[in-house]
Amino acid sequence: MTLFDYLYYIILPVLVISAVLIFWRFLKGPSIADKIISLDLLITTGIGIIAVYSIIYNHSTLMDTALILALIAFLSTVALSYYLEKRRRK
Amino acid sequence: MMIDIIIGALATFGALFVLLAAVGLIRMPDTYLRISVTTKAATLGVGLVLMATTVYFSNADVTSQAFVIILFIFLTAPVSAHLIGRASYFIGIKLWDKSVMDELRGKYQKNTHVLKSIVDDTPEDNIDHTRDEEEEEKTES
Repeated sequence: MTLFDYLYYIILPVLVISAVLIFWRFLKGPSIADKIISLDLLITTGIGIIAVYSIIYNHSTLMDTALILALIAFLSTVALSYYLEKRRRK
Repeated sequence: MMIDIIIGALATFGALFVLLAAVGLIRMPDTYLRISVTTKAATLGVGLVLMATTVYFSNADVTSQAFVIILFIFLTAPVSAHLIGRASYFIGIKLWDKSVMDELRGKYQKNTHVLKSIVDDTPEDNIDHTRDEEEEEKTES
């Protein structure tokens, strides 16, 4: 079993299973804060999946996408929590 | 080969920590506990997977880029966790009913959003989740 088989058949399914679990919390989440947290964690898991893909396909340029996703995750969390806090202020 | 074993071990631990974060997000009983899960386990897991890419490519471009991503995640995860935790405290999300204590009880001001270090004598302006529960019980009964 080579490294690429190991990454493709074991590491990627584990990451995808965790993404599915997080998405279940995103659908179920009792409050809107839970949904924002699970969106943030979903994007963070996506960064990991992109990193594993860049090893498997030997494309180092995929890491640019991971950097942009990290920026977008922080920005979306800050913006959503800002409006969540402002929503009921008198 | 040795380098393959290092890459495989780093990716394994990273994926394991991300899976633990996902299980924690499902199993934790409270919004605040879920926030603590996402900031610790997932950050470490993604950091380890990115370290695996630096070992695989072993070239200055990818290494610097991966370290920028790791540094950025490590800097922004606590900030976003604090922001979302503060917002969820203000919009009135309750703590777990088996929580031992709530140190912020009565210290956040409802209208000005100022945090005071003592509980002052304006109870209508202090955010107090336990008092809200008692009022709900009164209106129900």
